[in-house]
Amino acid sequence: MSNIKVLLNGIVKENPTFVLLLGMCPTLGTTSSAINGMSMGLATMAVLICSNVVISAIKNLIPDAVRIPSFIVVIASFVTALQMLMQAFVPDIYATLGLFIPLIVVNCIILGRAEAFASKNGVVASAFDGIGMGLGFTIALTILGAVRELLGSGRVFNFEVYPEDYGMLMFVLAPGAFIVLGYLLAIFNKVKE
Amino acid sequence: MDTILTYFIVFITAIFVNNVVLSQILGICPFLGVSKKIDTALGMSGAVAFVLVLATLVTYLIQYYVLVPCGLEYLQTIAFILVIAALVQMVEIILKKVSPALYQALGVFLPLITTNCAVLGVAILVIQNDFSLVAGLWYALSTALGFGLALTIFAGIREQLAMVALPKGVQGMSIALIVAGLLAMAFMGFSGVDGGLKAAFGL
Repeated sequence: MSNIKVLLNGIVKENPTFVLLLGMCPTLGTTSSAINGMSMGLATMAVLICSNVVISAIKNLIPDAVRIPSFIVVIASFVTALQMLMQAFVPDIYATLGLFIPLIVVNCIILGRAEAFASKNGVVASAFDGIGMGLGFTIALTILGAVRELLGSGRVFNFEVYPEDYGMLMFVLAPGAFIVLGYLLAIFNKVKE
Repeated sequence: MDTILTYFIVFITAIFVNNVVLSQILGICPFLGVSKKIDTALGMSGAVAFVLVLATLVTYLIQYYVLVPCGLEYLQTIAFILVIAALVQMVEIILKKVSPALYQALGVFLPLITTNCAVLGVAILVIQNDFSLVAGLWYALSTALGFGLALTIFAGIREQLAMVALPKGVQGMSIALIVAGLLAMAFMGFSGVDGGLKAAFGL
């Protein structure tokens, strides 16, 4: 029962993007379309689950003083593995996300969850926390990507909603990322009240 | 002469056209986190410039004198992030001994830089684009100045913004992001300047 609670906690109550405001670089940098946002979310989720599980399993072996560097090595190993897997099996997505794949290492969500949750809880709970936080992040990135794609090019997940000529290119470019997330946050705050 | 002009174009491009924060979207955490006052924004910019150039130098040497000769290129991400983390720690310790005044000024910001993706991002970009060492360092410095410019302007705007009455929903981070979007739009006005300069210099 409590595992379900941990899972839901990451999706709504402590949503990494809308509530904790962590991991802003990939959130803004990769959400030019719904597909890109979702791929980035899933990639981050994969690393988050693996690192949470491993860190909670080895937490008693790591001396407190070198805690953070050890966490970073674990995270960086999984990111490297993911980088190679994506390069081999989904080269298109790998090319689109580009620099942001190795930059998953410095995503504050992953180190944040390692420090705040995995280093204090058991393996199973940490896995659920990874799934919950990862899903929360993926959902947020997909919504942001869908809104930007819709406003920018008239499509959602590549399905045409209205002719591309009416799209506002700005929303696919950098300024659109900031503005759409700003307004989504405002809506999220309003709904939460 | 041509080299100097090329370096000048890299400088202008990195600061205005491809601004690291507002166009490439790297280093957003410090951009949003420490931009409430101009003083702290300047301190952070200084610390980032220092670490960025140093990290680019060290990661460049590691890549070409350790990883490539040993055939370990796939360890790039792990090696770079560890080097950056160690470097930030070392700079902190050295500054504390050598220049306590500078340490006082930068001290708070130094640990934050490890998780600044602009540092790791620039280190990887320099390798990906096959820059020479000097070109890489110059690119890193220009990028750091672009970061400082964006951060300082944004801090100036937010200082004014703090005095404005806003609807409850958009208070805090929401309005900050919208303002950042407008600033990014303003910087989009520079797009094409690099091409124009190249044409003007006949490169």
